[in-house]
Amino acid sequence: MKYETQKLAYPYFLAAMGLFVAQVLGGLLAGTVYIFPNLLAEAVPFNVIRMIHTNALIVWLLFGFFGAAYYLVPEETETEIHSPLIAKLQFWLFLFGAAAAVLGYLFGIHEGREFLEQPLWIKVAIVVVALMFLFNISMTLLKGRKTAVSLILVMGLWGLALFFLFAFYNPSNLALDKMFWWYVVHLWVEGVWELIMAAILAFLLIKMTGIDREIVEKWLYVIVSMTLFTGLLGMGHHYFWIGTPGYWQWIGSIFSTLEVLPFFAIVVFAFMVVRKGGRDHPNQAAMLWTLGCAVLAFFGAGVWGFMHTLAPINYLTHGTQVTAAHGHLAFFGAYVMVNLAIITYAMPHLRGMQPYNQVLNMWSFWIMSSGMVFMTLTLTAAGILQTHLQRVMGISFMEVADEIGFFFILRGLSGVVVVIGVLLFVYATLSTDKAQVRVGGMKPQAAE
Amino acid sequence: MSEGLTKSAARNIFFGGTIFFLVILVALTVHSYGYIEKNSTDVAGITPGVEQGKAVWERHSCINCHTILGEGAYYAPELGNVWARYGGFEDADTARDGIKDWIRSQPTEVEGRRQMPHFEINEQELDALVDFFKWVNTIKTQNWPPNVAG
Ligand code: HEC
Ligand code: HEM
Ligand code: HEM
Ligand SMILES: [Fe+2]
Repeated sequence: MKYETQKLAYPYFLAAMGLFVAQVLGGLLAGTVYIFPNLLAEAVPFNVIRMIHTNALIVWLLFGFFGAAYYLVPEETETEIHSPLIAKLQFWLFLFGAAAAVLGYLFGIHEGREFLEQPLWIKVAIVVVALMFLFNISMTLLKGRKTAVSLILVMGLWGLALFFLFAFYNPSNLALDKMFWWYVVHLWVEGVWELIMAAILAFLLIKMTGIDREIVEKWLYVIVSMTLFTGLLGMGHHYFWIGTPGYWQWIGSIFSTLEVLPFFAIVVFAFMVVRKGGRDHPNQAAMLWTLGCAVLAFFGAGVWGFMHTLAPINYLTHGTQVTAAHGHLAFFGAYVMVNLAIITYAMPHLRGMQPYNQVLNMWSFWIMSSGMVFMTLTLTAAGILQTHLQRVMGISFMEVADEIGFFFILRGLSGVVVVIGVLLFVYATLSTDKAQVRVGGMKPQAAE
Repeated sequence: MSEGLTKSAARNIFFGGTIFFLVILVALTVHSYGYIEKNSTDVAGITPGVEQGKAVWERHSCINCHTILGEGAYYAPELGNVWARYGGFEDADTARDGIKDWIRSQPTEVEGRRQMPHFEINEQELDALVDFFKWVNTIKTQNWPPNVAG
C-alpha cells in the first residue's frame, strides 16, 4: 500500500462483509419461508424479509464500491484522497442510514416500490452520502493522474448517483411509474454499475498480471462502449408489457441480446491478459475471484439474461422464477464477485499482513459459487415448470406453487451452502493464518 | 479486434457513442411518455380513489410478495389482472366485494399454504385499492399476461 489514505477503504470493506452476512441470512430465511410458509407469517412477513434481503444486498455492494474507490483511486491518481474526514463522516452517515432503514423495515416503516423501499429521508441521506463521496473522489481525481481506470470508475459512480434521482419521482400513473423505475434499476445494473465493475477488474488485472496498462485501458474503453451502446436501449426488454409502445419489443430484444457482448469480451480479455501476463501473483485467491467474476457474470447476466430477453419468450416467462434465477446469478457473478475480488486483493494490504488465509478463501470461493450455481439451476427448473403450467396451461398461481415445491427445498439447501461459503469468506479474510506459510510457501509480498 | 485502434480513439468512440445512444433513449422515453398518457392508459380514469389505492398498495409493500404487470416478487399471485380474475369486467359489484372480502379474511392460517398477512386497511382504503386494481387492469399491455392465471 503506497498511500496512507487507502486505509479509508478498511471500514467500508468491514461494513460490506457484515451486511453481506445479514443479506444471505435474510435470503436463507426467505427461502425457508418458501418451504415452511407458516413460519413468522405474522411477526415478520415474507415481504419484510425480502426487502431486508434485497436492500442489504444493494447497500453492501455500495459499501464495497465506495471502499474500492477509496482503495484504488489514490493508487491510480498517485494522490492522497482529498479529505479523509469526509470519507469517515460519509461512512458513519451511510452506516447509520442503512441500520435505520433495516430497523424501520422490521417495524413496518417503508415505502412501497421494489428495491426503493427506503423512507424518503433515507433516500435523501443516500444522496447526501453519494455527493460527499463524489466530491471527495472527484477532487482527488482532478488533482492527480487521470487514468482510464479511475476516469471510468468515477463516471460509473456519478452515473449511479444521477440515476438514483429517479427514485424520487413516483407518478400516480403506474405505467409511468414503472417506466422510470427502470431508469434506476436497469440503468444501474446494466449500465453504470458495469462501468464500475469493468474498472475494478481492469485495476486488478493490471496489478496482478503486470500487463501493459495501455492495452488494458484501450480494452476497457472498448468494453464499456459495448456496455452502454447496448445497455441504454437494452432497457427496452423491460418495456414489453407495461403499457409502453410495441416498438420496444424489437428494440429491447435486439439491443439487450447485444448486451451479452461486453460480458463475453470481459471473459475473453481477462483470460488473455492472465495468459500473457502470467498468474504468479502471490494473491492467488484474488486472481480466482477476478476470473470467477468474469465467468459467472457472463453466465448470470449474459447467458441467463439472454434466455428470457427475447420478447416472445419473455411474454411467457415475465415475472416467474426464471427471473429470480437470472437475478441471483447475475447479481452474484457480477457485483458480489467483483466486490469479493477487490476485498480479497486489498485486505492483506489494509491489515498490514503478509500471510493471509488463501486456502480457506479459495475454499469459500468454490463453496459459495457452487451453491449459487446450484440455486440458479433449481430456480430455473422451477421457473420453466411454472411457465409451462401457469402461462401455457393456464393453471392458477397457487396450484402451480404446490407443483414445484420440491425445487424450493433444493433452493433452500443450496442457500445453506452459500451461507457457509459466505461465513468462511469472512473468517478467511479477517483471520490470521499460520498454516498458510507452511502450505503455500508464501513469499513476502511486494507493494503491488 | 482492436489492434489498429488507439486508446484515445477508443475513448472518443466511448464518449461520442454514449451521448448518441443516450439521446435516442431520451427521445424514445419522451415518445413513450406521450403514448402512455394518450394511448395505453386511462389518464382521465386516475381518480383520487385510484391514486389513494396506489398509495395503500405502496404503504404495505404488497409488491414484495406479489407481481403487478409481472414485476415485483414471485411469492404470490399476479395482481395486474386480479380484476379480470374476479370477473370484474362482467360483474363489477361481485368482484369488488370478492376482492375486499379476500383481503379482510387474511390470513387463512392453512398449514403449509403461503400466507398473506392481515393488514389494517379501512373500508374506504379497501375501495381505493380495488379502484386501483380495476384501473391497472385497463392498461393496454400488448396482451400480457397470456391468460387469466396471470
Ligand atoms: C407476505 C406476503 C403477502 C403480502 C405482503 C401481500 N400478499 Fe396478497 N397474497 C399473498 C398470498 C400468498 C396470496 C395467495 C394466498 C392463497 O391463495 O391462499 C395472496 C393473494 C392475494 C389476493 C388474491 C389473488 C387471487 O388471485 O385470488 C389479493 C387480491 C391480494 N393478495 C392483495 C394484496 C394486497 C392489496 C396486498 C397489500 C396490501 C397484499 N396482497 C400483500 C401474499 C401476500
Ligand atoms: C450484471 C448484470 C445484470 C443484473 C445484476 C441483472 C439483474 C436483474 C434482476 C434483479 C432482474 C429482476 C428485476 C425485477 O425485480 O423485476 C432482472 C430482470 C431481467 N433481466 Fe437482468 N440483470 C443483468 C443483466 C442482464 C442482461 C445482460 C440481460 C439480457 C441479455 C438481462 C435480461 C433481463 C430480463 C429480460 C429481465 C426481465 C425479466 C422479467 O421479465 O421478469 N439482464 N435482471
Ligand atoms: C450473494 C448471494 C445472493 C444474491 C446476490 C441475491 C440476490 C437477490 C435478488 C437480486 C433478489 C430479487 C430477485 C428478483 O427480483 O429477481 C433476491 C430475492 C430472493 N432471494 Fe436472494 N440473493 C442471494 C442469496 C440468497 C440466498 C442464500 C437465499 C437462500 C435461499 C436467497 C433467497 C432469496 C429469495 C427467497 C428471494 C425472493 C424471491 C421471490 O421474490 O420470490 N437469496 N435475491
Ligand atoms: Fe435489464
